[in-house]
Amino acid sequence: MTTIDTSSDPVASVPDSGGHFGRFGGRFVPEALIVALDELDAAFRASKQDPVFHADLQRLLTSYTGRPSPLTDCPRFGAHAGGARVLLKREDLNHTGSHKINNVLGQALLAVRMGKKRVIAETGAGQHGVATATAAALFGLECVVYMGEEDTRRQSLNVARMKLLGAEVVPVTAGSRTLKDAMNEAMRDWVTNVDSTHYLIGTVAGPAPFPEMVRDFQRIIGDEARAQVLDLVGRLPDAVAACVGGGSNAMGIFTAFVDDPSVGLYGYEAGGDGVETGRHAATITGGSVGVLHGTRSYVLQDEDGQTIESHSISAGLDYPGVGPEHSYLSDIGRAHYSAVTDSEAMDAFRLLCTTEGIIPAIETAHALAGTLRLGRELGPDAVILVNCSGRGDKDVETASRWFGVIDGARVPEGRA
Amino acid sequence: MSRLHEVFAEAKAEDRAALIAYLPAGFPSVDGAIDAILAMVENGVDIVEIGLPYSDPLMDGPTIQAAVEAALLGGTKIRDVLATVEAVAATGAPTLVMSYWSPIERYGPAAFANDLAKAGGAGVITPDLTPEEAGPWIAASDAAGIDRVFLVAPSSTAERIDVVCSITTGFVYAASLMGVTGVASVSAAAPLLVERTRPSAGVPIAVGLGVSTAAQAHDIAAYADGVIVGSAFVRLLLDAASASEGVAAVGRLAADLARGVRRT
Ligand SMILES: Cc1ncc(COP(=O)(O)O)c(C=O)c1O
Repeated sequence: MTTIDTSSDPVASVPDSGGHFGRFGGRFVPEALIVALDELDAAFRASKQDPVFHADLQRLLTSYTGRPSPLTDCPRFGAHAGGARVLLKREDLNHTGSHKINNVLGQALLAVRMGKKRVIAETGAGQHGVATATAAALFGLECVVYMGEEDTRRQSLNVARMKLLGAEVVPVTAGSRTLKDAMNEAMRDWVTNVDSTHYLIGTVAGPAPFPEMVRDFQRIIGDEARAQVLDLVGRLPDAVAACVGGGSNAMGIFTAFVDDPSVGLYGYEAGGDGVETGRHAATITGGSVGVLHGTRSYVLQDEDGQTIESHSISAGLDYPGVGPEHSYLSDIGRAHYSAVTDSEAMDAFRLLCTTEGIIPAIETAHALAGTLRLGRELGPDAVILVNCSGRGDKDVETASRWFGVIDGARVPEGRA
Repeated sequence: MSRLHEVFAEAKAEDRAALIAYLPAGFPSVDGAIDAILAMVENGVDIVEIGLPYSDPLMDGPTIQAAVEAALLGGTKIRDVLATVEAVAATGAPTLVMSYWSPIERYGPAAFANDLAKAGGAGVITPDLTPEEAGPWIAASDAAGIDRVFLVAPSSTAERIDVVCSITTGFVYAASLMGVTGVASVSAAAPLLVERTRPSAGVPIAVGLGVSTAAQAHDIAAYADGVIVGSAFVRLLLDAASASEGVAAVGRLAADLARGVRRT
């Protein structure tokens, strides 16, 4: 298990006032956005000191989201993970079906406080888009969600949900037609409409203060889970596992444990067809340090600094960047990142369905596949806390096709 | 005085604004872009900005996006951009590169500044490099003896304008509007922005974003030292039936704009 010198207190000391996590983070944006980022930063810092803000957010998290989310013991799944005790933090049971709502409600409250009438968002799996559309309906804000055209197809259920909630969904046809391109388009909208609009970024990436702010709105996952595990098991877990796209659910659950040296932190990136094939989205595992979407972090890029398109069966992990704090935690050795292929993830997806009666999101299935590996390493005495970041309703069609459970559908060649 | 500042001074002596034109390298091809840029210079463009094509141009509208995507699909590399700079700088027109920060960071700021200087480049415009992150670039560009161009925007506070001007050495790029490239209008915010920037700017101020016609250029010339035109040139290359027609159209627009920037 990893041990670190806790006197360095990594999370309390990052980011610095410029939004840097060690050599990562910062702001790489056009000057036109600086005032808006400063305004957001000021509103965020003011909200931290404001009991009214806390009370408003707390009320929404309990009466609207349904927090606290439960912790579920998963012995039948754990039997496949070397007999380890696997505990799922059930963010899939939140209103709208994933952890994304935690961050969205916090930022939506800030948007209202800043007097913004319109929110925009990027989305991959559609979960962040659905959560944003939901909050916009709740607060009476105009809402536009940018989504890669490829993702509107593979996550069509969530497109319909956003539209029912009154949001406009703009399919983005540039580049790889996935999350990266949706984020480009959202940035263009923001710089054009910054007076009226808040850009509600859905993960711990982007320019400062987004990585820190989104982490802080998501840290409730780990704060609750830490107390729940102590209550249930009487000790801290040995390991905490989460999938990493941009990294918000992982930062949300890691943060509460960063200063517990006995707790190993494990992030699972999307390995697509396998990191060695080049067709993957494993940014820390297979990338290099660069600048993308306003921040310095690990990036999938070529020798000219051009972004390389990512590939994953999971729309929510199909992103060639990663939040800067993950790059930092990896560099200092506090958290460990590895890749899970499409087929490993789908095997774990199926296993959770049939052993525990829980259909997870395909994003989450990457964390579950990692847990199977980890449990076999750590053995039956280990306690592994897993962030069950979302539910799989949106993925039923993809999974049905993968497993051939729909008439006429076939398992793709070589992927059974 | 650098060649860039000489050109601004010459334009001023002729009672006009300097005409600054942008085209990305590699579109419609490396040589095709060079031909088009040479036609601009022959027809009165004073200063050239060569765009370094980037995969995620999040400050560009559809016109420039389409051109840089084609340039990248065509295999344009940073070495092609430097070759383009060399060919254009040979005309004597000050030649800058306009680049998102990612490619320069990956290439290495010092290596990029040195290789650009070797190619005869005058400087670099870095639209997404904030002053807070610019330390390594300030050192690299100073060491290589090339100019740095940073942007101010209508939303910039007085303090921000001071900070940006304090690290800018070539000219201050005043973004006429809040938005991406390729919008067909200059906002009413531009004259005020130039007026607010003037006291802290020790170098000329040029206005860009949304400028496409000689009439707009003429209006801007009344209060700014330089007029920057980009998407309008790119549009002509995108719409041209052939490479040679594109070059001819670009030349005509350059000549038209060169008349526009005269103050009298
Ligand atoms: C259920 C679920 N988990 C994880 C993610 C990945 O995002 P992040 O890494 O920010 O948690 C997504 C993104 O869409 C998601 O929907």
